[in-house]
Amino acid sequence: MDFLRPTTLDEALAAKAERPGAVPIAGGTDVMVELNFDHRRPEALLDLTGVGELAEWSRSSGSDGEIRLGAGVPYTRVITELGGRLPGLAMASRTVGSPQIRNRGTVGGNLGSASPAGDTHPVLLVTGARVEVASVRGTRLIPATEFYTGVKRNALAPDELVTAVHLPEATGPQQFAKVGTRNAMVIAVCSFALALDPDRAAARAAIGSAAPTPRRAVAAERFLAEELPWGTPGPLRDSLKRRFGELVAEATEPIDDVRGTAAYRRHALAVLARRTLTWAWNDQQERSPSCA
Amino acid sequence: MTTSTKSTVTRTDGIGASPRRPDGTAKVRGEFAYSSDLWHEDMLWGATLRSPHPYARITGIDIARALALPGVYAVLTHADVPGVNRYGLEHADQPVLAEDVVRYRGEPVVVVAADHPETARRALERVEVGYEVLDPVTDAESAVAGQGAELHPGGNVVRHVPIRRGDPDAAAEVVVTGRYEVGMQDQAFLGPESGLAVPAEDGGVDLYVATQWLHVDQRQIVAALDLPEDKVRLTLGGVGGAFGGREDLSIQVHACLLALHTGRPVKMVYNREESFYGHVHRHPAVLYYEHGADRDGTLRYVRARIYLDGGAYASSTGAVVGNAATLGVGPYDVPNVSVDCWGAYTNNPPCGAMRGFGAVQAAFAYESQMDRLAAACGLDPVEVRIRNAMAQGTVMPTGQVVDSPAPVEELLRRVRAKPLPPEPSGEPDLRTLPGGVSNTTHGEGVVRGVGYAVGIKNICFSEGFDDYATVRVRLQVVGGEPAATVHTAACEVGQGLVTVLQQIVRSELGVERVTVEPSDTTIGSAGSTSASRQTYVTGGAVREACLRIRDALGALSPAELGDKVLDETVEWRHRPTEELHPETGQGNAHVQYGFAAHRAVVDVDTELGLVKVVALDCAQDVGKAINPQAVLGQIQGGSAQGLGLAVMEEIKTEGGVIRNPSFTDYLIPTVLDMPPMSIDVLELADPHAPYGLRGVGEPPTISSTPAVVAAIRAATGRALTRVPVRPEHITGT
Ligand SMILES: Cc1cc2nc3c(=O)[nH]c(=O)nc-3n(C[C@H](O)[C@H](O)[C@H](O)COP(=O)(O)OP(=O)(O)OC[C@H]3O[C@@H](n4cnc5c(N)ncnc54)[C@H](O)[C@@H]3O)c2cc1C
Repeated sequence: MDFLRPTTLDEALAAKAERPGAVPIAGGTDVMVELNFDHRRPEALLDLTGVGELAEWSRSSGSDGEIRLGAGVPYTRVITELGGRLPGLAMASRTVGSPQIRNRGTVGGNLGSASPAGDTHPVLLVTGARVEVASVRGTRLIPATEFYTGVKRNALAPDELVTAVHLPEATGPQQFAKVGTRNAMVIAVCSFALALDPDRAAARAAIGSAAPTPRRAVAAERFLAEELPWGTPGPLRDSLKRRFGELVAEATEPIDDVRGTAAYRRHALAVLARRTLTWAWNDQQERSPSCA
Repeated sequence: MTTSTKSTVTRTDGIGASPRRPDGTAKVRGEFAYSSDLWHEDMLWGATLRSPHPYARITGIDIARALALPGVYAVLTHADVPGVNRYGLEHADQPVLAEDVVRYRGEPVVVVAADHPETARRALERVEVGYEVLDPVTDAESAVAGQGAELHPGGNVVRHVPIRRGDPDAAAEVVVTGRYEVGMQDQAFLGPESGLAVPAEDGGVDLYVATQWLHVDQRQIVAALDLPEDKVRLTLGGVGGAFGGREDLSIQVHACLLALHTGRPVKMVYNREESFYGHVHRHPAVLYYEHGADRDGTLRYVRARIYLDGGAYASSTGAVVGNAATLGVGPYDVPNVSVDCWGAYTNNPPCGAMRGFGAVQAAFAYESQMDRLAAACGLDPVEVRIRNAMAQGTVMPTGQVVDSPAPVEELLRRVRAKPLPPEPSGEPDLRTLPGGVSNTTHGEGVVRGVGYAVGIKNICFSEGFDDYATVRVRLQVVGGEPAATVHTAACEVGQGLVTVLQQIVRSELGVERVTVEPSDTTIGSAGSTSASRQTYVTGGAVREACLRIRDALGALSPAELGDKVLDETVEWRHRPTEELHPETGQGNAHVQYGFAAHRAVVDVDTELGLVKVVALDCAQDVGKAINPQAVLGQIQGGSAQGLGLAVMEEIKTEGGVIRNPSFTDYLIPTVLDMPPMSIDVLELADPHAPYGLRGVGEPPTISSTPAVVAAIRAATGRALTRVPVRPEHITGT
C-alpha cells in the first residue's frame, strides 16, 4: 500500500486524478477502523493532513456571513472557534465520539464516509450548507441535499476531494439531538436537526440514521412554515408540536438493526422533533422580545 | 467516595495498606509489555481460518493453494494434531481444529503460519473448505427438551442440577411468578488473545501467553500435542484483562502446533472482531421463578427452572449450572426449595466463565422476584429482603450450614441509609442527564427511580474440586538487606495479585524488598485466577510459606541471616468441599460465600427510554481488606460491569451468528454512564479463611444489575423482565 503525502491542494488533486483508487485520509477515525477490521484494502492512502489549505476556515467578506469551513478542520476546533456562528454544527460536533475522536475527526471525513449515522449531516441539511468539491478539472458546490446519494455513498467523482463546506451563519436558533444507547461515544440510533429562520419565517428539519441517507423532512418543514406563529409571543401549542413530530416520523424510512428497531426510531424522532422545536422556539422568543 | 475500612496496619506497605502496584507505573505510562507485544527474532505469524457457519458438515478441505503461496510455512488441519484432537475445561469435547463438523460460527478449522500477518491472511483466503450447511440449534430451552439436531453424543444437555429442600408441594398465601431473560454478555477485556510459542531444542515448546491458569492450559496442550508435561512450558505474558474469558484455550495449542511444525517461533494475536469469536461469553439465560410467601413477606418456598445456553461446547457450563442452581434463591432463608438448572448445547457461540459465573443470571431473576413479592405484600423492597435475609447459621438449599458471617441484613441497611443524591435543580448540565451530551432532553420526560438488590456468590472452586496453590518463598540477605522472592504460577490479570502477595510477605516476614517472579509452570499449579480465589488460595499459600520461614528463622531477624537462604515451597488448600447429590442437590458444595448489596438511583427519560445511572452505591463484606484500594477498585469495576449488563452490554446473535462483534456496537459503560460510588467495606472475619478474608471480585457484579433494573422499574412502572434493558423496552415501541 502506498502512502501519498501531498503538501498542497494542487498536489493532492493531481494525486487523486492520477490514482482515483487512492483513499483520502484526514483524521483517519473512519479509515483506520476500516483498515483494522480489514473491510478495506486500498492500493494507496492519500494523506490530507499535510495540506494546510484544508485545515482553515474563513468568513466571506459579504454581508451574508457565510463560513467556508475547510474539510480538514477537526471537530474540536468547530466547537471552540465556531460555536457562536454555527451553533447547530457545534452541537453535532460535541456529540461525536470522545475527545480523542473530536481532536482528529473532521466534517470532510464525515462527508467522505456519508454514513446515514454521521452526526453532521442533518445539520448540514438544515443549514442549507453546500459542499465544495474539487478536482484537477475544477471546483463545484454541491448542495448538501444533493450530496448523499445512497447508503455510505456520496456525489463525489473518483477524482474529486471535498475541500470545504459553505455554511450560512445562523440567523436563528439551531438544534441537534441524537439518540444512542450510551451516554457518550455512541453511534446514533437516530438523530435530528432543526433550524429556524425567522427572517424568512421558515424552518428546516432533517433526520439521520432513519433512512438510507440523511434527509430533510420536507412536509414537516412546510407545516412549520405555515403554522408557526412567528409574530405571536408565548409557548407553542402542544397540538402543533405533536403534529410536527408526526410529520417528522413520517419522513423516515427506518430499518430494524442491531442498534434499534424501526418502530423505536420513528417514535424517538417524533419525541426529538417536539423537544427541539420547543427549545428552538423558546430560544427564538428570548432573542426577539420586541415581537411582543 | 466514603469508605469505612477497619484494619490494623502494621506497615505502610503490608497487609491492610494500599502500596503502589509493581506494574502500575508501566501500565499507566503505556510501557507495560502485554502478550500482544511479544517479539522474537525470526518469528512467524499465525492466523486462524474460522467457520462461517453456525452448524455445517465439512465436505472437504483443500490447502494446496495456500501452501503454494510464497512466505507460507505451514497450513495445518485437524490431521496435523498429533495427540487427542479434543480439549475442554470440564469435558474434552472441543476440537483443536474442526474435523467433520463445525458447531459454531467462528470455530477454528485451519491454522497457518507465514512470514507476515498479511501473508498469513492471504493464505487463509486461499484455503478452500467445503461445507454442507445444517440447521442450527439456537434455543437452549428446546435443546434441553430434545428438539433439533443432537450436537454431541449423549444429547444436548451438558448438565442438569436439581436442588430439593423441604416440602416440594409447599403452598403459600402470596404467590408471585415471573419469566426472566439475560442476554449474552462479553468480558470485553481490552487486550485481545495473544501469545508466542517458541520451539525448543529438546523437541518441546515454550509458550508465552495471556491466560488465567497456566497449568490447566498446559494439561490441555500436552494432550493435543501428545507431549510429556515437561516438554510444554508456559510463562505468563502480560494480561490485558480476563474476567473469565481467558479460562478456555484460544491460541495456545494452535501457536504450539505451528511452532513445532515450522521449527520457528510463532506469534498469534487476534484482532477485536476475532476476539469476539475467540473466547467464551456469559451464558444467556431464561429463568422461570415462583415465589410463595406469607402475607407478611416471609418466604415459604421458591421454585425455579433455569436454562443456560452453553453454546457449541461445554467449556465450564457444568460449573456455571452448579452455581446458578445452588445460589438460585439468593441470599435468603427459604425452607422449601425446588430448583432445576440446565446447561444446553446449541450452535450459539460457546459460553463459559464470566465474573459472577451463574450467580449473575440467577440474581437478576430472584431479585426481580423479591421486588414483585414486595409489591404483592405491600412492603418496602428492602424490608422484604431483610425479613428473609440469610445470616450465619442459615441452612442453604443444599443443606449446607453457613458457618461464617453473612451480613445480608446489615449490607441492605447500609445502602439504604446512605444519603440520596440531590434532586436535579436549576439549569441542568447535559452530562448529568439521560442521553448526556447528545442533547436529547433538558429535563423533559425524566423520572427518577431507586432500586435495591443484594447477591450471593461462592468463593473458590466448589463441588469437591481439589483446589490448591503452590508457592515458593525465599528469604536471603542481598546487598546487606534482607530480600524475599515469591514464585508462583498464579496469573496476574490486572486485579493486583502481585501487590497482595508482596504485602503478605512484607507483613509476615518484616522485609521491605519483595520480588514477585514471573509466573510459569516450572513450579506447581496455583489454580485459576477466577472464582474470586487468588488472594484466598495463593495468598493463603504465601502466608503458609512465610510462617514456615519464620519458624526456620527462630530468634533471628531477617537481616541476621548471613549467607543462609531460607527456601520454602508449599502446596496449600482450602478446606474440602463435597459433590452435590445428583438427585437432591444436597451437599456442602461451597467453601465460602461472598455478599454485596447495591442501591441504584437512576434518571430515566421515559419518553425516549434512555437511562442515566445517577448513583450506584454499594456495601460489601470482604472479611479483611488486604489492600483496601484494590478492594474498592474491584467493587467499582464489578459494579460497572453489572451496570453494563443492565443497560447496554449484549452480544446479539441471529441464527447463531454474532451481529455486533466490535466495540462500535458492543457497548460498555463510559465515564458518563458509571457514576462515582459511595462504598462501605465491611470486614467481618471468616474464621476459616486466611486473615479472615473473603473473595472480593465477583459479588459486586451480581447485585449491581438487578439494582439498576429495579430503579428503572421504579421510574417507569414497566415490568422489564429482560437485561439488558433497551430503550424500546421502556418506551414500549
Ligand atoms: C470511536 C469512534 C467514535 C465515533 N463516533 C462518531 C460519532 O459519534 N458520530 C459520527 O458522526 N461519527 C463518529 N465516528 C466516525 C468518524 O469519527 C467520523 O465520521 C469523522 O467525521 C470522520 O472524519 P475523519 O477526518 O477521521 O475521516 P477519515 O477517517 O480520515 O475519512 C473518512 C472517509 O472520508 C474520506 N475523506 C476524508 N477526507 C476527505 C476529503 N477531503 N475528500 C474526500 N474524501 C475524504 C476518506 O477517504 C474516508 O472514506 C466515530 C469513530 C470512532 C473511531
